[in-house]
Amino acid sequence: MDSTFNRDLVAPSEVAQGVIQSTQKLKGLQAKKRLNRSFRQIRTENVFKRTLVIMGLIMVILVFGILLTLIVQSIPSIKALGLGYLWGKTWDPVQDIYGAFPFLLGTLITSFLALLISIPFSMGVAIFLGEYYPNGWLSNILKNVVELIAAVPSVIYGFWGLAVLVPIVRSFEPKIGVPPIGVGIFTSSLILAVMIIPYAGSLGRSMIQMVPSPLKEGAYALGATRWEVIRRVILPYTKSGLFAGILLSLGRALGETMAVTMVIGNTSIIPKNIFAPGNTMASVIANEFTEADKSVYLSALIELGLVLFLVTLVINLIGKRVISRFTNE
Amino acid sequence: MDASVKFRIAKSKSMQGLTIVLAFACVLPLIAILGFIIKAGITKINWHFLIHIPKPVGETGGGIANALVGSLIIIVVAAVIAIPIGIMSGIYLAENKKSTLAYWARLSVDILQGVPSIVIGIVAYFWMVKPLGGFSALSGSVALAIMMLPIVVRSTEETLKLLPDSLKEAAYALGMPFHRVILKVIVPCGISGILSGVMLSIARIAGETAPLLFTAFGNPYLSTNITKPMQSLPLLIFNYATSPYNDWHDLAWGASLILLIFVLVLNISTKLITNKWKVQL
Repeated sequence: MDSTFNRDLVAPSEVAQGVIQSTQKLKGLQAKKRLNRSFRQIRTENVFKRTLVIMGLIMVILVFGILLTLIVQSIPSIKALGLGYLWGKTWDPVQDIYGAFPFLLGTLITSFLALLISIPFSMGVAIFLGEYYPNGWLSNILKNVVELIAAVPSVIYGFWGLAVLVPIVRSFEPKIGVPPIGVGIFTSSLILAVMIIPYAGSLGRSMIQMVPSPLKEGAYALGATRWEVIRRVILPYTKSGLFAGILLSLGRALGETMAVTMVIGNTSIIPKNIFAPGNTMASVIANEFTEADKSVYLSALIELGLVLFLVTLVINLIGKRVISRFTNE
Repeated sequence: MDASVKFRIAKSKSMQGLTIVLAFACVLPLIAILGFIIKAGITKINWHFLIHIPKPVGETGGGIANALVGSLIIIVVAAVIAIPIGIMSGIYLAENKKSTLAYWARLSVDILQGVPSIVIGIVAYFWMVKPLGGFSALSGSVALAIMMLPIVVRSTEETLKLLPDSLKEAAYALGMPFHRVILKVIVPCGISGILSGVMLSIARIAGETAPLLFTAFGNPYLSTNITKPMQSLPLLIFNYATSPYNDWHDLAWGASLILLIFVLVLNISTKLITNKWKVQL
């Protein structure tokens, strides 16, 4: 507003003049303030957006960091031992002989045996909760209890296995003609089987619930019994999803450390049968990492960690990919 | 009725029975474990047990105060590290569904979720223990924070994705800047889902032992210094359970019961919250 223009129209008293001037000053200040505030807000907004991007980046950096750390730290062992390390049959750090085959074998046997034991149960849970009784208080309880199985800390499974399962296994081992040791691959597979039931079970349940009902109704209309609908319609339809659930529980079994360490017996000799004590990759790392006094020894253990990381990574990514393809169809 | 039809019906019925038996057999191990640990642990827990540190071998009595304090400190520090990062990257993933970085970040979160805990222990050893020159509770917290992250990120992302776009549009229409829309509208609306993710992640790391073996390492005495080795409940259980002494087994049973109750209560209350607020995790 122009002050000379004002003075021409009305003869302003000094008071009015003062009022006009002060309001003008105020308006200018306010506009400046508002401008400042919007600048500040834009700046904060940009800072905020940038922080979010950095936080997203951290996830990627973490994974690459883990991979890089494992690779760099296992270089001494890769250089010294070469590829033969993975199928070397003796592990004797005292004499500088490192062969990872006993642990690879131990991991594979325990995991697949656990998978074999757990599949009937996890599929039972999946079919029961997915098809027979999807609703109701009983299924609700079962569903929550099965999920609680995954919540129990693995060290507690190990302790329970040591105190309860090992004596039981030891008592029946002489009857089938093996020395009564109690600890060993079979015992750890039993514990692992319990621990991995929830993963395949709850995933299978959600997959089975997604089967479109027209498919099932069509089969019923043709005269199929309930089991025939499950066997011929539901299971073929959810095949890939169930497979993914089993893969994910295999991934868990491979990496499981504490429970296995406590009941497998920890010997680095190739196991002769499934009741013999052994070692898995995870358990040998847990047992010997802090004792490793030579750099090749430590590095050999880290290389086991690298193998474990890569194997679980591949298994998990395949599993997740199959699930997302299944749910998007 | 035809014999073959009868056979098919009988087969269907018996398979149904088998499924029910198999499904409910899964509950048995959990009941066995719960029952055994309550029976073995309940007699060991008393006030003395909670406020004293373990006695040396040969003396009866002693408690697990050092492990309780240590677990609390390690978990709180891990949560302080992981929660802000996890929630922020969850927001990033929910807000940027299509960007290349979001694709890689999502893939990384998937990978992180599957990394065996022992591998995280190795990595934390080289990131924290080696540079700092010794085992420390802080390095254990970092290892546990890495394990917490994927759960927090995932639950935040999934919760925020479920919120209707109209909420955000209404806030934008009022002239709110982006950060205020997120912090004042979107996050408060999804807070129950985010919180239950946080609780779930704490329940998961509370029982983790493997990442602490080479980081927090354990300590027979009470310590509150996070740059020094510290005892924690799972470490105590592992060390004392594998020892040959009966007194130590007793301590481990009591500690197992406390840990189990803590983890199960956290899990069950998370379930109740998610049921009440209809959050999908």
